[in-house]
Amino acid sequence: MAVRKLAPEDMQPQSFVLSPETEAFADKEIAKYPPGRQASAVIALLGKAQEQAGGWLPRKAIEAVAAKLDMAVIRVMEVATFYTMFNLEPVGKYFIQFCGTTPCVLRGAGDIRKVLESRVGEQNHVSADGAFSWLEVECLGACSNAPMVQINDDYYEDLTTENFEKLLDDLAAGRPVKTGSQIGRIRSEPFEAVNTLQDPTLYDGSLVGAWRKRFDEQAKAAETGENAAAMASVPQEAKAAKPTAGRAIESPVADTPAARAKEGETPINPADRKEAADPSTATKGKSHTEEGARPAPQSSKSYVASPTKDGEAVPNSPTTPEAGTPPAQAETRRDGSESKPGVTVDKDNMTS
Amino acid sequence: MAKIIVDGVEVDVPAEYTLLQAAEAAGAEIPRFCYHERLSIAGNCRMCLVEVKGAPKPVASCAWGVRDCRPGPNGEPPEVSTKSPTVKKAREGVMEFLLINHPLDCPICDQGGQCDLQDQAMAYGVDTSRFHENKRAVTDKYLGPLVRTSMNRCIHCTRCVRFSAEVAGVPDLGALWRGEDMEITSYLEKALGSELQANVADLCPVGALTHKPEAFHYRPWELTKTDSVDVMDAVGSAIRVDSRGREVMRILPRVNEAVNEEWITDKTRQIVDGLRLQRLDRPFVRENGRLRPASWQEAFATIASRVKGTDTKRIGAIVGDLAAVEEMYALKLLMESLGVTNIDARQDGSVLTPVYGRGSYLFNTTISGIEDADAILIVGSNPRIEASLVNVRIRKRWRAAPPPIAMIGEHADLTYPYEYLGAGPETLSELTAGRHSFMEKLRGAERPLIIVGQGALSRPDGLAVLSTVAQLARDVGAVKDGWNGFSVLHTAASRVGALDLGLVPGEWGLNAQTMAQGEVDVLFNLGADEIDIAPGTFVIYQGTHGDRGAHRADVILPAATYTEKSGTYVNTEGRVQLANRAAFAPGEAREDWAILRALSDVLGHRLPFDSLNALRAKLYAAYPHFAAVETVQPADGFAAIQALANIGGTLGREPFVSPVKDFYLTNPIARASGVMAECSALARELKLEAAE
Repeated sequence: MAVRKLAPEDMQPQSFVLSPETEAFADKEIAKYPPGRQASAVIALLGKAQEQAGGWLPRKAIEAVAAKLDMAVIRVMEVATFYTMFNLEPVGKYFIQFCGTTPCVLRGAGDIRKVLESRVGEQNHVSADGAFSWLEVECLGACSNAPMVQINDDYYEDLTTENFEKLLDDLAAGRPVKTGSQIGRIRSEPFEAVNTLQDPTLYDGSLVGAWRKRFDEQAKAAETGENAAAMASVPQEAKAAKPTAGRAIESPVADTPAARAKEGETPINPADRKEAADPSTATKGKSHTEEGARPAPQSSKSYVASPTKDGEAVPNSPTTPEAGTPPAQAETRRDGSESKPGVTVDKDNMTS
Repeated sequence: MAKIIVDGVEVDVPAEYTLLQAAEAAGAEIPRFCYHERLSIAGNCRMCLVEVKGAPKPVASCAWGVRDCRPGPNGEPPEVSTKSPTVKKAREGVMEFLLINHPLDCPICDQGGQCDLQDQAMAYGVDTSRFHENKRAVTDKYLGPLVRTSMNRCIHCTRCVRFSAEVAGVPDLGALWRGEDMEITSYLEKALGSELQANVADLCPVGALTHKPEAFHYRPWELTKTDSVDVMDAVGSAIRVDSRGREVMRILPRVNEAVNEEWITDKTRQIVDGLRLQRLDRPFVRENGRLRPASWQEAFATIASRVKGTDTKRIGAIVGDLAAVEEMYALKLLMESLGVTNIDARQDGSVLTPVYGRGSYLFNTTISGIEDADAILIVGSNPRIEASLVNVRIRKRWRAAPPPIAMIGEHADLTYPYEYLGAGPETLSELTAGRHSFMEKLRGAERPLIIVGQGALSRPDGLAVLSTVAQLARDVGAVKDGWNGFSVLHTAASRVGALDLGLVPGEWGLNAQTMAQGEVDVLFNLGADEIDIAPGTFVIYQGTHGDRGAHRADVILPAATYTEKSGTYVNTEGRVQLANRAAFAPGEAREDWAILRALSDVLGHRLPFDSLNALRAKLYAAYPHFAAVETVQPADGFAAIQALANIGGTLGREPFVSPVKDFYLTNPIARASGVMAECSALARELKLEAAE
């Protein structure tokens, strides 16, 4: 999320008065809630005030809304700063919200971004003529028509470098533009040939309950024995309402010694037995004395090395530096790299 | 009541309890940051996670009701586990998240040693971080002279936001932005406008909000803690005085459900520097118009020579607002033995006297009783600045379910809406005559509460006003069995104790105003700084600070403040409370009763006690109710209200004006405090801004 802040003082208008239209809208919104609950209308009012102020919320507009709703200004401020749809800094006449989420990026949003950068300039800045400003936003929910942008209240979809340039030219020149898809398709119908949803049975009602019938048939086929083997993996009491499609089907672990014994086989496979007896592959048992001679297991995070059983310090982690060693070279110096193995630590601060 | 099993212990708790409260009832401790008993539930810190049997995930116990738990399959009570491995793991996870953005600056943090996060990290924290990215950085905010911010440390519990909106009633603070960018701030970083703002720093579970005047002055473990009571107003808030060596370092609230819950005002808390500055540390005697340092003997000798040559009718004594019962009793005995009847503890000219019974001058309803009132009328008082914690109670009552509240007096922002009836006695008589719709509400109320303040009583027609209010209280049935809705709100900590002792002019005695106008030749002034004494009178000032009283004095006897002596104070309800000594008085200053005892010897009327215990023994024998510390002896409401109602008198026309002009500068200690001066200047600025 881009860093949001209040517009600087010199951009703020001196005053802001709710227009009669906004007032009327406000009264209508407030009337939706029980008496005393007028604060519930805060989002609607902020939206309307933003519309009135030209796409953004000056500080005075926030105060005007607070006064209208009899709320503390800080409470309205909390709402205005929480929702990213409230712009707190001035925006261009055409405020472009550019979708930079994965589906759009996969379909070429990167090129659209380049167009924006070259034509409009830096994000969150109004272009010199005041016509455009743009902001990268998260998914606007028109992924099937990616890449897309929202300009003021409308979506512009299926953008390419060319048609987006043209769109911006048209907007700047005040020519009428087409909203929605820029390549002529209707809403999100298939990109090329329109060949889905054309089966007439979809619309004559014959498919109602079809899935139920299919499951019933399958269950019947399982009972006839002929297909029993084929259907062995289907649970015996298949619940028709809960098809198992896509679920992992649990079956008993087949190859265990107990299962084999039950079926009259040798509990342990002779081949396995032979392999296990091979001394070359066997794990060697460790003698207890060897284990005891090792240093005590020690956390790499401990500041004090724990001593071994016979009182000596652990040899490979000295706890006191040798006399005369500069602190930067001392073995004991800890710099955090111990606990963050993936991070290179510049001990002597040479790089910066 | 609902049964619930917590860690195998079955407890029976009210169904509306939360799991956290139920766990505490069962003796299990639940860590928490955002949850606070006296604030609304936010449920955003997630530290209080517990495991509920049958629930798929750990639940936040602060926000989950006992009644929301499902019983077991056979109707067993729901089971909660607060110590299971799942719970421990969950809390460790929460703690790790909290510590991700929390700076490791405990060594330079003022909260160190008294930090919830530090304590709980000992139990649930891990010794390393898995977070390799940069910690977030937040700019510090300006919140006024009392609260210092270090917003990197903030864990967004929003206790401060909830306190200022709910308890203080001044919605200044808010949480702006969201997610990682969330910041606690006031609107445009303005200073907080509440007289209770410093409580947010107490509430802060980390070091994000700390007390600015005390910043970097001490570590909590260095301090000696002394339980005491506050004397800045007549509420008598329970406080803890923390001192290091001879010096008081800070004052904290103590929990007293009956009085201050767990809040104190900024004045109570931050006059600490006033205890140190402008102190009188040796006796002074005026010679040729200038005060010069003197020894105790010299000072006493000067007094003795003046007193001996003066007619007892021309000697008087007035008592200030911060005096404890012990010294007032000693002064009373001394004046009695001298044969002086000119004695008065009401320097503001209040008309309250013990003649009409104790019920005529107490806040009979008691402060916690406010929560039971179902209609409230305030006459001649601005409780927000005269007794902020009484105002907090009224606000608490209003928040629970708004009762009709009305006010006659100065129009002021009390943090809750009220019906403004009028400014002066005319409105009061109109109301009494039933020509006002609010009268119906008072009549219809089961437990009406009528609060009358000093603004209505410290005036020439005060007695008539008091009588009218008493008639009103009688008419609406404010005094009945089990309910006494006639309450006098005091502003001076010493006043109720003084009235209990009968420190009002005796037969043919003069009152404080008359004495100050030059009707006496020798005036003994026990810490009265809010009264102007006419030239010509020989004034003996016994007090603590070089304030108005000391400037006018001819002999100054340096005394001890409330943190430097053991003293009894009676609050506006009539609750007897003990202040304890936390530090010693500076220089040659002595405890007040001891000064009076020594002076009495020089004057040839030795007081009959040599120790504080002996004094108290005599005091308790004469006035047994002072022995019942921490309790309120209920007064006879019927008799008092009858007596008052029968006084009658004519009402004046002047509007009621609150005696407290500046909340931050009401007494010599506060006037000596630099912090209070800063707050006062800021409050004036805010007021001007609001007026624009």
